[in-house]
Amino acid sequence: MGYTKDQLLARLQELRIEFSKYEHPVVLTVEAQAKHVGNVGASLSKNLFLKDKKQRFYIVSALADTKVDLKVLSQRLGLGKGGLRMAPEEALGEILQVPLGCVTPFALVNESARHVSLLLDQGFKSQQGCLFHPLSNDTSISLNTLSLDKFLKSIGRDPSYVDLEANPKVGKDQPPDLAALVPSDSIVLPEFAEGAPPSEHSNENHAATDVKPKAVKAKAVKTPAVAEKIRDDTVSQHGEQLGAVVSDTLRKRLSSELKNLAIMFKNTAYTEGFHAGTHHQPKRP
Amino acid sequence: MEKREERAVEEGAAAAAGGGEAEAAAEAEAEVNPWEVSGKIDYDKLIDKFGCQRLDQSLIDRVQRLTSRAPHVFLRRGVFFAHRDFNEILDAYERGDKFYLYTGRGPSSEALHLGHLIPFMFTKYLQDAFKVPLVIQLTDDEKCMWKNISVEESQRLARENAKDIIACGFDVTRTFIFSDFDYVGGAFYKNMVKVAKCVTYNKVVGIFGFTGEDHIGKVSFPPVQAVPSFPSSFPHLFNGKDHLRCLIPCAIDQDPYFRMTRDVAPRLGYHKPALIESSFFPALQGDTGKMSASDPNSAIYVTDSAKDIKDKINRYAFTGGQDTKEKQRLYGANLEVDIPVKYLSFFLEDDDELEHIKTEYGSGRMLTFDVKKRLTEILVEIVERHRRARAAVTDEMVDAFMAVRPLPSMFG
Repeated sequence: MGYTKDQLLARLQELRIEFSKYEHPVVLTVEAQAKHVGNVGASLSKNLFLKDKKQRFYIVSALADTKVDLKVLSQRLGLGKGGLRMAPEEALGEILQVPLGCVTPFALVNESARHVSLLLDQGFKSQQGCLFHPLSNDTSISLNTLSLDKFLKSIGRDPSYVDLEANPKVGKDQPPDLAALVPSDSIVLPEFAEGAPPSEHSNENHAATDVKPKAVKAKAVKTPAVAEKIRDDTVSQHGEQLGAVVSDTLRKRLSSELKNLAIMFKNTAYTEGFHAGTHHQPKRP
Repeated sequence: MEKREERAVEEGAAAAAGGGEAEAAAEAEAEVNPWEVSGKIDYDKLIDKFGCQRLDQSLIDRVQRLTSRAPHVFLRRGVFFAHRDFNEILDAYERGDKFYLYTGRGPSSEALHLGHLIPFMFTKYLQDAFKVPLVIQLTDDEKCMWKNISVEESQRLARENAKDIIACGFDVTRTFIFSDFDYVGGAFYKNMVKVAKCVTYNKVVGIFGFTGEDHIGKVSFPPVQAVPSFPSSFPHLFNGKDHLRCLIPCAIDQDPYFRMTRDVAPRLGYHKPALIESSFFPALQGDTGKMSASDPNSAIYVTDSAKDIKDKINRYAFTGGQDTKEKQRLYGANLEVDIPVKYLSFFLEDDDELEHIKTEYGSGRMLTFDVKKRLTEILVEIVERHRRARAAVTDEMVDAFMAVRPLPSMFG
């Protein structure tokens, strides 16, 4: 369930974050928004919801007149020249849980947006206040970057301010300067052919995941390796034995991981003892 | 004296005097010595030239019997393919006479790649399977001399490399790591002088190819790498055990050092160290040499991210696959030169799966893409495991491994 505007505003008040609230008719564009809150002494923001070729999502939040070049940004993030494009409308609802025309940094309060990366315009910092939608198009709130940062930190986010107009060279010796802002996880949207894994794949994994205990870190033991085993030919080869073969493989890997862990523990314990031994003060006579 | 000299000449003959002729005759001009490995390497010729033995299936089966566990994948796939006196080590082991392991690293760079890890992975297996102690020599002095880096830098690199070595999973209660700059002296130095007295200048030039322009540091270094083969070099570990045998897992380019050591050992009253030798892990771009720390795209480094590994395999791995899908289906891949399959033979533990991939890929039913994908998975797993283990290694742990201390349960 996505946060509502009221829930968000209540949260801001709980955190004692200062902001000014302005209500107005529903607006879908910055121009429309400007007509209502253009003169309140705060700067308008434009907010882009973007995605890259690997199903990773980004919110770019900038001052309305900052020039944002998606090609440059794409290179700076290390995504190549055409790596970034506007996210599809459906993603807005699924991931950010906000209506059309309402992209805002505050959408990150939703669990569904936890892997969305946020890029904030450096220009915000010099403004008295900046205007954002608090999850609804019929309201705008203005707050300064200190307050915005306070909010972001409260949801476990590290605010990243970027000079969005900069165009540094990206090449062999100059790594993309914004590469650190690329999310580590992609977001798979269930309904869409693009993002969905093929259905047979998920069936194959099903059998394996039942067998695999939670103790093993998901990244360490990749299910594709197990899925590999459960191919048509191995099914015919092993027949009923397939279950035993697969669990045997898993058991071997787990056993080797366990042995590695055990050695690490042993070495660590010995080191502690060694340190204690070399630093202990002799008994007083 | 004469008889021993003859035998010594016999053992090292091909390499020393005859080496030059043999090489001139060979058209491939492969060069294999501790400081240079290049050209297409014919391992059979190398075994003949060096005078060591092939590790055959009967020895592998014997190892399995004695250790009651499956032989390591490197043995099964012929990565460790040559030896000297390994059968004697096994004979002694069967009688209840244990041995110790000796291996080492020349810390010339901070960046370790998978090729560097191979002898350590195998040594760890030997330590666990036979339950024996291990000494690891970090030849910081050698690198200081050959690579012309400062003493401080080579010592720093030695400590950094020690962390990666420890991350391979060695047991601190059975392992002593030492750096030459720290440890040379005392009993170790006494052995060094004893060895040096037994090797003439001409001999060492013959084995290592030194010239009049080489500085005397290089010329007097070989004993440093030789004496860890003798238990009396480690009085804090092997006091009174002068007849303890030594087994040295190493890459075959180190053979010259140990030919010299084996020649000297009987004259000092010690057992000759046994060797178990590996082939080279091929560079990503192909068969013509070994991985080089100075070319980042020739190797997979332990610091590479999953993405790096995927890119390197996809972009730089030399494949034996055909140019197009259609051709691939028709003709299949050339497994002789295919790097992904070679890498899989090192790291894919499951013999059945490897066979399957070889048959399918060789006949063209499987594409290069699939083989690369599977390889990437496996390599990423290895590298991530190593990274996790390395993160758990503290400076204090390095101190503990390197402390000159007794190891009471080293044979337990």
